[in-house]
Amino acid sequence: MELSCKHVWAHISEYIDQSVPAEVRADIERHLEHCEVCSAVLDSTRNILVLTADDRTFELPVGFSARLHERLAKELGSEEEGAKQ
Amino acid sequence: MTAAGTTGAAKERNEAELIARVLGGEKDLFHELIRPYERMLYLTAFSIVKNETDAEECAQDAVVNAYRNLAKFRGDAKFSTWLVTIVVNEARQKLRKAKRAREESLDEPIESEEGEYTPAQLTDWREIPSEALERKELRETLQKAVAGLPDIYRQVFTLRDLQEMNVADTAAALGVNENIVKVRLHRARMMLQKSLAPYLTKTTAPERKGFWGRMPWS
Repeated sequence: MELSCKHVWAHISEYIDQSVPAEVRADIERHLEHCEVCSAVLDSTRNILVLTADDRTFELPVGFSARLHERLAKELGSEEEGAKQ
Repeated sequence: MTAAGTTGAAKERNEAELIARVLGGEKDLFHELIRPYERMLYLTAFSIVKNETDAEECAQDAVVNAYRNLAKFRGDAKFSTWLVTIVVNEARQKLRKAKRAREESLDEPIESEEGEYTPAQLTDWREIPSEALERKELRETLQKAVAGLPDIYRQVFTLRDLQEMNVADTAAALGVNENIVKVRLHRARMMLQKSLAPYLTKTTAPERKGFWGRMPWS
């Protein structure tokens, strides 16, 4: 079946996740072979996802880990004191 | 996929053992148990409360809560999913309190099944390599675009694409069904493509083509 561009866009996310049914996948791939707009939409979306998911894009605040374990250590310690009383 | 599955199973066995030992009295091992999830805790909280200080506090509260309730953890869910559910609840509570304090009604937008989510239509895409992230401006642009997503889309996007959680676990953590996760993720990705692609084409001169970093969806 010949898909329209709109139809391809509607499946982009599932296509990226490889969760489209095989026959739809084949139709999308046939469409991508000759449609430069849809190919660019797919490539740009994938590229943007790689960039946003990179650990450098969203960094933890400086000292986050140390403060988290400090708080946890306090919790573990206070429980011990409670048990002694 | 098989290799990742095996690693996952080994990780779960290791976690189950750690949990048993913590419950058996070696409580300091709880530090080790949560160490792999620090980033996940923070990013999940941040996707809901949207500021660093509150997100950090939520992450800490979630860890303390998880420790206090560890005996209630049942092995039928993954420890990571259980932990995410706790931090989602902490963050939502904090958000509700903040809203009450402001005496505002900030209801979630009504989610319609209607509406076209059309992408930015380009005829060519030149790959932006991950090395480009060394530039602060690019990182900030990406952060702003994600922050600008409607709340319900950003939360799904954060769990699925930033933390690589699967559809079922994301649905469980957010308390929605799997289809909603798929729809929201699709819209989030389309919105990001639409807001970022034209801008990135203009401002980023790629150093080389064909670079593929790790792929979060694989």
